[in-house]
Amino acid sequence: MGLARTHAVALLGLTGALVEVEADISGQLPGMVLIGLPDAALSEATERVRAAAKNSGCPLTHNKLTINLSPAALPKHGSGFDLAIALACLAADGVVAAGSVGSVVHIGELALDGRLRPVPGMLPAVIAASRLGHRTVMVPAGNAAEAELVPGITVIGVASLREAAIWHGAELTPVPVETIEWPTEAGPAGNDVVETGSMDLADVIGNEDAILALQIAAAGGHHLFMLGPPGSGKTMLAARLPGLLPDLDPAASLEASSLRSLAGRGLGRSLVTRPPLESPHHTATAAAMVGGGSGQIRPGAAARACHGVLFLDEAPEFASAVLDALRQPLESGMISIHRANAVAHFPARFQLVMAANPCPCGQYGVAGLECSCPPSARRRYLARISGPLLDRIDIQLHVNRITAAQLRLAAEEPRLTTSAARERVIRARRAARERLAGTPWSLNSAVPGSWLRSRHLRLDRATTAALDRALERGGITMRGYDRVLRVAWSIADLEGADRPGVEQLGQALYLRTG
Amino acid sequence: MARKDDLGRLGEEHAARYLTDAGYTLLARNWRCEQGEIDLIVEQDGEVAFVEVKTRSGIGFGHPFEAITVVKLARLRRLAAAWCEQADAWPERIRIDAIAVILAPGAVPVIEHLPGVF
Repeated sequence: MGLARTHAVALLGLTGALVEVEADISGQLPGMVLIGLPDAALSEATERVRAAAKNSGCPLTHNKLTINLSPAALPKHGSGFDLAIALACLAADGVVAAGSVGSVVHIGELALDGRLRPVPGMLPAVIAASRLGHRTVMVPAGNAAEAELVPGITVIGVASLREAAIWHGAELTPVPVETIEWPTEAGPAGNDVVETGSMDLADVIGNEDAILALQIAAAGGHHLFMLGPPGSGKTMLAARLPGLLPDLDPAASLEASSLRSLAGRGLGRSLVTRPPLESPHHTATAAAMVGGGSGQIRPGAAARACHGVLFLDEAPEFASAVLDALRQPLESGMISIHRANAVAHFPARFQLVMAANPCPCGQYGVAGLECSCPPSARRRYLARISGPLLDRIDIQLHVNRITAAQLRLAAEEPRLTTSAARERVIRARRAARERLAGTPWSLNSAVPGSWLRSRHLRLDRATTAALDRALERGGITMRGYDRVLRVAWSIADLEGADRPGVEQLGQALYLRTG
Repeated sequence: MARKDDLGRLGEEHAARYLTDAGYTLLARNWRCEQGEIDLIVEQDGEVAFVEVKTRSGIGFGHPFEAITVVKLARLRRLAAAWCEQADAWPERIRIDAIAVILAPGAVPVIEHLPGVF
């Protein structure tokens, strides 16, 4: 009768906790008991492990097996514990070396034939194992490339339980099996990630204001609200925003990749280096937006858009509770989901882009067309986006349909390409970073107004005259005043100016109220 | 008699010999009442053990222990009380054991004994 232990990782949000898997064989009738708060998928591990072990040529003991997942009070989810459970059982029986099994972290789901299936969330799990001081992880071969993205850790990719047992010293002859691969990049049907690589800013004709606003938003990390009739290119513009953003820095890249892995999308052989774009449909629920779920807490669209763009098309059609759920992440850059037994935190530093029609029929304010909505319907429509949410949005832009003249003109003029615009944005961000060196902020959108109005950055009165007048007249609030200042600084950065002048402030004011 | 009954009888034979060799005193074999049957009743140091013997000729259809279910053990527990009653024996301690006998043709019998399984 024996006892053996090994390690696995339980994920709660993006944070992983090390779980000790202990197996004990006692002189009882055959049975397998799994204790330590497993969920349904994990409870079924006993059946998978027994069948997989038998079909791998190393059947489990005929006595009673008690498997404990410690810390016992931590809720554990999913099928990623199978490999650890199987190897702990085999080590307790003396089939594999207990010392070898005990020093490795095991993550993977078993198929009944003994092969190993890849599991979602491999990247954050391996990061957690590395952070908690472990140097060796054994993972399914289909996940090995993803696990190897974590620096400073030895990854052993195995295709089957038999291969894993042989690695740990079992006396079995190797049998080559077909590796179970992760479903390919394309992902399941209904994937709402828009492919951004093929979209160029040069496709946008006319709408010079909007192209400029897009660059300003990218340079300063400002949230953007676009109002315009159907067919004015709002969706087209929003889909091109991620292309203007610079590549993710290493920390952001690891975070974005972890979230992608946790969402079950798989990573392939490289980290995510481009900002993601998430465009949830307007029927999305609050749980779909910020994350949730009974049992296992999964990231929502806002978390998946971390370090990228969250685009809400037809924003007034979203349930107002869903929109208001975004206020916490907009404020703190984090989403916290509370459950009776745990709290999961997801990073959610996304750039919000909302698009809306001016009224339910969409024709209001379009030259030559008549809006058929009564004024009350029009008011109600836009009022669905709550004031507190709009308050957090720096740039509010009207987008108009292009005219035949613009179309003719555009054919002759050279147009700005995404790569050229991205160069400008990168330069502007560098300028902002240099100015903000020594402060906790790196983007203009994060800077508080009081700091912008402090002595050494304060603009002279002649420059801010138009803005002061708007404030006096009640055209903008004090909060709006600060937002205009922030946008003005972004425009100055974009143009390579030392500090904003009358021209830049005028533009910023237009983007606020225009 | 069917072949499986022969096998069971032979297995009980082996189990009884195994237990007496281990220093147990045999009190009864195949004790029956209307509720069922106890394969072996043995005693050692004032403790009476009621033994369920399961015999198989191989483990192709699972280990013999896997065929001993909780229902079977619960019945054995009731039978144990019935035996004590009718034999007017009131031992200090009782327990329920399981013995698996694997009688592979042409091989040495394998006997596994699990004391106190219920």
